[in-house]
Amino acid sequence: MTVLSELSLYNQAIILFASLVLFTSFIMLAQARMVPMIFAFAWQGMLLAVVTALVAYVSGHHHLYISVALTLALKVFLIPWLLYRLAVRLNIHLEAEALKHPSLLLLGGAGLVIFSYYVALPIVHLSGLATRNTIAVSIAVVLIGMLLMIARKKAVAQVVGFMSIENGLFFSAVVSTYGMPLIVELGVAFDVLVAAILFGVFFFHMRESFDTLDVDRLNRLSEVHESLLTDDSGSPPEGH
Amino acid sequence: MPLLEITLLLPLGGSVLLAFVGHRPAGGWINVGIGALTFVTSLAMALNVFANGPQLTSGKLFYIDAFNVYLVALTAWVGLTTAIFSRSYMRHEVERGRLTDRRMRLYHAMYQGFLFAMLLALSTNNLGVLWVAMEAATLTTVLLVSLYRTPESIEAAWKYFILCGVGIAQALFGTVLLYFAAEHKLGAGRDDTLLWTVLHDAAGSLDPTVLSLAFVFLLVGYGTKVGLVPLHAWLPDAHSEGPTPMSAVLSGLLLNVALYALVRVKMLVDASLQTHLAGYLMMGFGLVSFMVAGLFLHRQHDIKRMFSYSSIEHMGLMTYAFGLGGPLATFGALLHMTVHSLTKSAIFVTVGHAAQLAGTQRIDRIRGLIRTQPAIGWGLLLGTVAIAGFPPFGVFTSEFLLLTATMKSWPWLAVPLLVGFGVAFAGLFRHLQPMVFGEPPPGQSAVRANMLPVMLHLLLVLWLGLSIPGFLARWFAQATVLISGASPL
Repeated sequence: MTVLSELSLYNQAIILFASLVLFTSFIMLAQARMVPMIFAFAWQGMLLAVVTALVAYVSGHHHLYISVALTLALKVFLIPWLLYRLAVRLNIHLEAEALKHPSLLLLGGAGLVIFSYYVALPIVHLSGLATRNTIAVSIAVVLIGMLLMIARKKAVAQVVGFMSIENGLFFSAVVSTYGMPLIVELGVAFDVLVAAILFGVFFFHMRESFDTLDVDRLNRLSEVHESLLTDDSGSPPEGH
Repeated sequence: MPLLEITLLLPLGGSVLLAFVGHRPAGGWINVGIGALTFVTSLAMALNVFANGPQLTSGKLFYIDAFNVYLVALTAWVGLTTAIFSRSYMRHEVERGRLTDRRMRLYHAMYQGFLFAMLLALSTNNLGVLWVAMEAATLTTVLLVSLYRTPESIEAAWKYFILCGVGIAQALFGTVLLYFAAEHKLGAGRDDTLLWTVLHDAAGSLDPTVLSLAFVFLLVGYGTKVGLVPLHAWLPDAHSEGPTPMSAVLSGLLLNVALYALVRVKMLVDASLQTHLAGYLMMGFGLVSFMVAGLFLHRQHDIKRMFSYSSIEHMGLMTYAFGLGGPLATFGALLHMTVHSLTKSAIFVTVGHAAQLAGTQRIDRIRGLIRTQPAIGWGLLLGTVAIAGFPPFGVFTSEFLLLTATMKSWPWLAVPLLVGFGVAFAGLFRHLQPMVFGEPPPGQSAVRANMLPVMLHLLLVLWLGLSIPGFLARWFAQATVLISGASPL
């Protein structure tokens, strides 16, 4: 790796924005309140769109502009707006989640970043692209998204984690191969959109059945508890 | 090749049509009709491929060879028979007040949507589209798992959604890595670098380090969908809480499709690495799943949950067999995929009827099936006998082949394999015996049951056990040559 000042302005900009993307991942990881978390997610999408547009402009891969438009539409506006609306309608937008060990969580995130640099070594070694230095960042965004989903107990937070994993994957495709083929990009975007809508449907179902959006309460089905269950709540009622 | 397009468009169009038809009684019949048409076209396509060899569509978007064409036919067949079962079963569920009309509309539309996603995953030539279709298969079924809207089913669907979503995200990263390796080798700017045919031709020269990294991600990703231990947590929940026709197609088909994706990428990785790394990984994961799921069979209290653990066990065995490689094991694994699909979907159909009969899915309350309704009792007994690997049935043949292949190349692995068979057998039969032969509770009466799909499936499995018909054997042999590079016959 070369010294930062030796890199071209373009490369420096890519690295700057990539680090900001990673920064938003950390914000989401430790943000206990729902609405700022959703905003952080929207900002991450925005930064991704900026990086992608930059790559598209400099590398001349014009099909990436379509990805930029998709990212802007889906991950900056539609999905955050959807999540925000749901949070308001379900009256959880003022709730804060009691994080048990926020500093430990952030340290874990930092560990994942280091691990990502280790995993990315063979890829970076092989790549000739100008964006290769940020491949590790994209892996880190994926892994921090997973950590977020493991650590957080609110359904909304888990959805944000899920979507930020998607962000990381998209980012990795942009910086390692200048984006996937268009048909795949479109398919993935469609899947993400449907997933976002389904998550919304689920929030209502969960609220109806459990009266809460804490996934901790989803504990009826496990090998340990099942033998204790004696009622038939999960199985069909007696015949008609 | 218009046959393929028709096979894909039928369920897609059917899904839209059924969304309009809604809950009307015709919905069930239309579902069956589309299933039948899909099966006929897929069979015609299969015969065509069998006669003329692998085919690539003009846009290179679809590729059909011996390996996926038989899975397409199998998927269409099980989709059809399950649709036949689901017509009367789901009507009964509506009559019992477990479902509303609106949800029947959702159910029918999503049933065909799910079949479309699986057929697309099987027939596409683009590994990215394969991923998209796998994710779409999750998305179409997630609302079906929670169709009954009980707290348990919503929990199961949420787990299914989150675990499969995150799991399969790893597979997308693996796909990106594959694409990266291919672009590095073949040059950027081409739009066909993610096509399986292109990758397969160039596999020998792809960078081995990146490909092994990609395989680890793909194994975790698609392995989650296959239900490999320790990534299996979603599977028993999703299979036991959803409506029974869903359990039948999830167990019988979706797991196969995920394993298919895994075997496809293994073929690439093997050619690049020139080592057995991918095989060893699959053998390890497969064998652990096989053993652990066999043990879990013993402590189940829900009949559908028990049979979903049996699915994990069999998927583990197939993963192990594909990992073992070699013509004999591959042939056995392909056969096992077929007979497991047929048997397991037959069992779930029977279990659905048994649960309606007893009014519960709890094993300790299902009693005396054979005395109340012999058809269901015998169906469950024979189905379980078949899945446990008893001789006249096809599962025995494939398991015997796998055991022989193991003895040949890894003799000491035959010990855990045999122990696993025994443990699983005991686990199934300790629960089965009282359910089938026990004393029926007072007042238990027969229900309207359609045992035609069960009989058809079990007869097919029996036929495959007694003698594999020549054309099917040659078909499997062609697929085996594709996967392992050598002929078993």
